[in-house]
Amino acid sequence: MIAGINIYEILTLTSILFFIGLYGFFTRENLITVLLSIELILNASALNFVLINTYLYPDLLQGAIFTIFIIALAAAETALAIAIIINLYKLIYSVEVKDTETMKY
Amino acid sequence: MNLESLLLMRSEIGLIIIILLLIIFEIFSNKKQKAAIIPFALILLAINTIIGFFPLQTGEIFGGMFRTNTLLHFFKTTLSLGVLILLLQSADWLKEKVVAENKATEFIILILSSLLGANFMISSGDFLMFYIGLELTTLPVAALVAYEASKRKSAEGAVKYILSSALASGTALFGISLLYATTGTLYFDTMATVLTSSHLAILGFIFFFSGLAFKISLVPFHFWTADVYEGAPINVASYLSVISKGAAVVILMILLFTVFKPLMPAWTKVIYIVTIATMFTGNLFALRQQNMKRFLAYSSIAQAGFILLGLLSVDQLGTATVIYFVAIYIFSNLGAFGVVQAISSATNKENMDDYEGLYRTNPKLSLVMMLALFSLAGIPPLAGFFGKFFLYAAAASKGYWVMVFIAVVNATISLYYYLLVIRAMFLRKGENPIPYFKSGNYMRLGLLIAVIGILVIGLYSPIYEYIYSFSNVFFN
Repeated sequence: MIAGINIYEILTLTSILFFIGLYGFFTRENLITVLLSIELILNASALNFVLINTYLYPDLLQGAIFTIFIIALAAAETALAIAIIINLYKLIYSVEVKDTETMKY
Repeated sequence: MNLESLLLMRSEIGLIIIILLLIIFEIFSNKKQKAAIIPFALILLAINTIIGFFPLQTGEIFGGMFRTNTLLHFFKTTLSLGVLILLLQSADWLKEKVVAENKATEFIILILSSLLGANFMISSGDFLMFYIGLELTTLPVAALVAYEASKRKSAEGAVKYILSSALASGTALFGISLLYATTGTLYFDTMATVLTSSHLAILGFIFFFSGLAFKISLVPFHFWTADVYEGAPINVASYLSVISKGAAVVILMILLFTVFKPLMPAWTKVIYIVTIATMFTGNLFALRQQNMKRFLAYSSIAQAGFILLGLLSVDQLGTATVIYFVAIYIFSNLGAFGVVQAISSATNKENMDDYEGLYRTNPKLSLVMMLALFSLAGIPPLAGFFGKFFLYAAAASKGYWVMVFIAVVNATISLYYYLLVIRAMFLRKGENPIPYFKSGNYMRLGLLIAVIGILVIGLYSPIYEYIYSFSNVFFN
């Protein structure tokens, strides 16, 4: 619990984070920054879990435990995504979204 | 909890043991023995599948996080059989191309890990287990899409897949967190009792549904499908369209019928719109495809639309039809992808034009392809007809007549493009048809099991009655 800040403000903050991430995912032109946007989304969810747990249901730690798993799995996901992007870079020497358009429609 | 209750996880424990044995084999085998990994893995998985046919009692462990019952066990066995067929179909490709690069073990282990994740996902009893299962299903497949590391298309498809699936799981997570805010619990059983139709709950459901819809590739979350299928190796595309989609459909059905039942007025509207959009988009885009992989990708999007019809009927009938249709879909699609795989690994040809005159040179392969496509299109007496018929019956039993009409129109459109392939194979002569070639024994066995599945599930009605008999597990 943080004194002077209520749950509505917190949920507004995490929702804004989530939608910044969503916006970035659709508009960014570099694959690495697209990945950063996804991290924003995952972290918005992780924050949501831990804060809802502390504010609304403090007697059980379900949300906090969930957050630990989100962090671990997000790290695994990022590592794999980076590996795949590096593999693409080795082939075409670029990590721009516009260079990944050989297959369409 | 005693040790015996762990036996409820029999098929998962079996898979873990197989994966460990494969790793040990990989470490202690020399270069000449590497090729033996394929029969070794196939025999182990076959044993695990056969054990799966024995019944398993109902129960839950880990405080309700993992649960199992007859329906889930039946579906897990079906998935395991599907992966067995898939590995049989890819065995020759593995033996010829991959063993030389010393990468065959990775392929099998990744496929089996993903199957393990699918098993955990469908038998999860709370959202934490569900999320872990979902990620375990997705991540190994993303690595497999990039498996042909020297091909540009493979790398591109993998980038698209990993980024969209990470976005999808992030969105689903945000939805779960909102549902957690409204109910204060993550367990399915408890959440079903306290969930009410508040605005926040509906918002959470929409986020969650869009995350899961990515995995099933429902419109408007289907954009990755065709690109990833085209880029990936064929057996990985087949895995994506069959196993990972089937498991996601089943867990979506279970969640809609149990946890989200209080929100039913809201989610029937969502399903209604998404079903119509999915069927039309899948079918209309499939009409203009030339590449067989993209063609099957759009056809599998359209099939996902048909599966959703069964979700509109929230009762025993709906559950039974969805499980029955997914089982049929697994065999039919594996048959179609198997033929594409056989032709591609023998001649490197993947376009529809290349199939012209195939019947004259390779009659058996053309027959398998015809059976699989007729089953997908829903022509009697093959299994696909009965699957679609029961889905229509389920939707009609709740009064969705307009919906059934739209579905029948779409089934007609789909018949047109399935017949395009059949026309190319049987009626066209073709300037230079694919010469006669002989597939390996593994491939033949894989195609044979798929064809037996297509014929037997359709003609042998006790299978449907058996599925129907245990489909009430979520409604008592």
